[in-house]
Amino acid sequence: MYTLPQLADFSPAALDNAALELKSAVESESRQVSNDSEWKVLRDRWMARKSGILTQLNDFWLKAAPGPSKRDVGQRVNELKRIVEQEIEAALSRITSSASASRIDHERVDVTLPGTRRKLGAEHPLIRTMNEIVGVFKAMGYSIAEGPEVETDYYNFESLNFPPNHPARDTQDTLFIAGQQSKPLRERLVLRTHTSPVQIRAMEKQPPPLRVIVPGKVHRAETADATHSPIFHQVEGLAVDTNITFCDLKGTLDHAMKALFGASVKTRFYPSFFPFTEPSADVQISCFKCGGRGRIEGARCSLCKASGWIELLGCGMVDPNVFGFVNYDSKKYSGFAFGMGVERITMLKYGIDDIQHFFEGDIRFLQQFA
Amino acid sequence: MNISPNWLREFVDLEVDNFRLAQDLTHVGIAVESIVGEGDATIFEMDITTNRVDAMNHYGIARECSAVYDINLIPIKPKLPAFIREASFPIEILDADLCARYTARAVCDVRIRKSPPHIAQRLLIEEHHGVNNIADATNYVLMELGHPTHAFDLDLLEGGKIVVRRARKGETLKTLDGIMRELDPEDLIIADAVKPVALAGIMGGFDTMITAKTRNVLIESAWFDPAAVRRTSRRLGMHTDASHRFERGADWGGTSLACDRVAELVLEIAGGKLGAHHDAIARDLRREAVHLDRAELKRILGQEIPETDIVRILRRLGFEPTAQRATAVALSASTPIAVVETPDSYSVEVPTWRLDVEREIDVIEEIARVYGFNNFANTLPAFAGGVVELPHARAESSLRARLLALGYDEAVSTTFISAADAQRFAGEPAVALENPLSEEAPVLRTTLVPGMLQMLAWNFNRDAKDLRLFEMGHIFSAIRNRVGERGSLCFAGTGAATENSMEAKSRALDFFDIKGDAEDLLSIFAAESVRFDAPGADYYHPGRSAKIVLGKKVVGQLGQLHPEIAATRKFKQDVWLAEFDIEHLFALPLRESRYEKLSRFPQVERDFSLLLDSTVKYEMLQRLLEALHIPELRQVQARELFRGGTVPEGKYSMLLHLTFQSIERTLRDEEVAAWSQKVIAAIEALGGSLRT
Repeated sequence: MYTLPQLADFSPAALDNAALELKSAVESESRQVSNDSEWKVLRDRWMARKSGILTQLNDFWLKAAPGPSKRDVGQRVNELKRIVEQEIEAALSRITSSASASRIDHERVDVTLPGTRRKLGAEHPLIRTMNEIVGVFKAMGYSIAEGPEVETDYYNFESLNFPPNHPARDTQDTLFIAGQQSKPLRERLVLRTHTSPVQIRAMEKQPPPLRVIVPGKVHRAETADATHSPIFHQVEGLAVDTNITFCDLKGTLDHAMKALFGASVKTRFYPSFFPFTEPSADVQISCFKCGGRGRIEGARCSLCKASGWIELLGCGMVDPNVFGFVNYDSKKYSGFAFGMGVERITMLKYGIDDIQHFFEGDIRFLQQFA
Repeated sequence: MNISPNWLREFVDLEVDNFRLAQDLTHVGIAVESIVGEGDATIFEMDITTNRVDAMNHYGIARECSAVYDINLIPIKPKLPAFIREASFPIEILDADLCARYTARAVCDVRIRKSPPHIAQRLLIEEHHGVNNIADATNYVLMELGHPTHAFDLDLLEGGKIVVRRARKGETLKTLDGIMRELDPEDLIIADAVKPVALAGIMGGFDTMITAKTRNVLIESAWFDPAAVRRTSRRLGMHTDASHRFERGADWGGTSLACDRVAELVLEIAGGKLGAHHDAIARDLRREAVHLDRAELKRILGQEIPETDIVRILRRLGFEPTAQRATAVALSASTPIAVVETPDSYSVEVPTWRLDVEREIDVIEEIARVYGFNNFANTLPAFAGGVVELPHARAESSLRARLLALGYDEAVSTTFISAADAQRFAGEPAVALENPLSEEAPVLRTTLVPGMLQMLAWNFNRDAKDLRLFEMGHIFSAIRNRVGERGSLCFAGTGAATENSMEAKSRALDFFDIKGDAEDLLSIFAAESVRFDAPGADYYHPGRSAKIVLGKKVVGQLGQLHPEIAATRKFKQDVWLAEFDIEHLFALPLRESRYEKLSRFPQVERDFSLLLDSTVKYEMLQRLLEALHIPELRQVQARELFRGGTVPEGKYSMLLHLTFQSIERTLRDEEVAAWSQKVIAAIEALGGSLRT
């Protein structure tokens, strides 16, 4: 701890030395101050009126100085007072500023503790899949169309070439709106069983050429279980123009499936039946989990049940009868339509094992897609 | 439907194994869903599309095999003795529109017993355990040829004739299943001279069925109108193997063959003597040949198919194409005369078992599917149009993006709600379903609220307490005889408003959180004025809810779910809801961002601690301040709302924080003081005062 020396030698060299000592002492002491109380001790030690070092400076040095040196010592003492005051002032601002070392030290956090995360909403997986599918077709020139969920018999069936009283209607498990018996059949209301009615609505609105993609919700009289739901979603597509061919249908869907599931995915088509298309086809894609091999490291692929193929779409060339309903000239124009189940694709994509999860609103499920 | 590949092999000489056979059939649209059993006992479980009734039997599928492999189909030719007994059974078809053909044959002196093993085993393919040898013979032929037949006890038919007619009002018939059926004049029936004896194409009568006592039988093989069979079978709720086929269109040309095949089997397994063959044709259903143009085939399919393949495929399927070649003379400047062969076309005779084929496109499909869909190239069509977005696409995706950013998870709830909920949560009558999936939820949702509450409850029951969910979807209301369908948005929040952090505890969500989120959504749109009018509908807390009014239109409402409703649903925490009619919102233009010059001068802030009467609404204060027309008053913020304590009853205190700033100059103290005086005067006009 520094104490002010009594001076005997007042030569400039000796004074220089003593001043230097004092300066370095105040600097080092003020540098060690880290809080208010320490600072107060420092301040009093140096600047207290009665016995502070500055007062001693006056007594020990200035008063003790012989006449001829008085002037020189006086100047030096004033300079040292200024320095001390400055140093102590600086120490104060250093400990009170937020950038003070002590403050900074105090504010240290455990950076390995988890961050506080503001919750982000999760996009519903069905909406996400639907947007992805729509996006692929939008890039191929398809405009988006929508239609009502409650449809007339005409749009849901008749104009799609399901004649009244036809067995093909049985496959649709229709939910009927009550109290429609007094109306003519074609005006009776049902919950649409597919998004295909929007094809008709789109063609009624606009002459060919036409490319539309239709995302939407549909309903059927299905008992809910892990793989069935009375509520589900479809994406339907329609292209009509001169010279649209079955080869174009194949190429379009092959391209779309590669865009959705990866470039290595293959497609294959085999005959099926839909009243509103002819020829009609079901489309399978090679399994994107096992790469179509049916096995993963020797074990059966659970996604495609070891077949290497996954059934994904229904499609076909628009039946001329359908064109008849919308006054398109089927001799001049041809077209194709396709449809796919959004739930099925989403379940396959994410490995979801229960379709009911989509409709429960369970945040443990939903938040997985945030 | 089940198929035995072993049985198929009786009709076609197949070299492939069963596994390969199943694959090849599936690739031409005769889908084998699964293969069960092994060796001779192998069974294919089939999924035959509804249009292909001709393939719902062994012979029909054998025909497909003959087309797939280009091999011969062995014809079925029943070997019958010359008939011995002339039993005269005149057949009268009174309603030719519903019955085009009725073929019958009697077999006399049969012995009723169990079928021999080779018949019984075949029936087991469809898990038929056999009835008696006569009924089994008809079922066997159904599986073999696909044509439904029926056998009557000839001695129980009165009056010695068969009449095919519509039922008469009041007539009844006890069917084979023992149920007495009331008949409708639209039902087609088979009758004897006295009474109905069968529901045409659906089920025979109980009183004329084959029993142990039967000696003489009459075999029926007919063609009934699909729509008529379907109408009656649906009305009576009777779906039978026979009706399934008739309503999809049986083979008009095959009645005689099926009848003879049954007779052949009956003679083989029940003995007896063959009676005469009766074949009444009321209408000829053979159709005109279909014209097939190869140019049309290429126009639709996009690819040529070699002529030999076309002819081969069609012949194997039982079609008869006749080539029609035309030559035309084309004139052009450079070559005076050139002879051009126009595309080939065919006149195609369609077999009677293919009622689904009547147009050129139908024939094209036949060729394409057997040729193999995967033998067609993948091409992309050219397109010259543009992509048109839905008019509300931007608004919808903005709403969604903002809700997600605000922390709401998107959910999709049920369309079906209870009648009680429909009544509780909507002012409009609900749309009921004719055939609801459950009695608890028989109507279409009139609002998204019940679905939302159901989802909240679901989460509460799984210990999730801090929830933010939204749903966008259609809601429905009954408008006289129509159904109104509108887009709706509902969001709900409950639990913590903020995240629990290491240092700060979260606080619970309140009215102003939900209102703030609603305001954030509304700010997507360029609405002139948004008002919040208390209260919302009666299922909201009357003191903590409001309607959202844009201009004069109520576009939504928000607030706390009424505590009573929350209690009946056993909610233990406050639930905050907001609903929007999104179609009202979508009708608004989107708000475009506008740039405003930034001030270079300092702002001046003033706090006013006010004491206000409880009747004074913030909105009133706001309006008064606006009426002062001080352009430099840039921002008004209400802070530190306080009641009770030192604040007298019937009053509340509020800290009003005002910010003044000019775009042109530094504000002077006197100016700000003058404005403050104006503000205080306005507050005093409301009966308020400054707190001291």
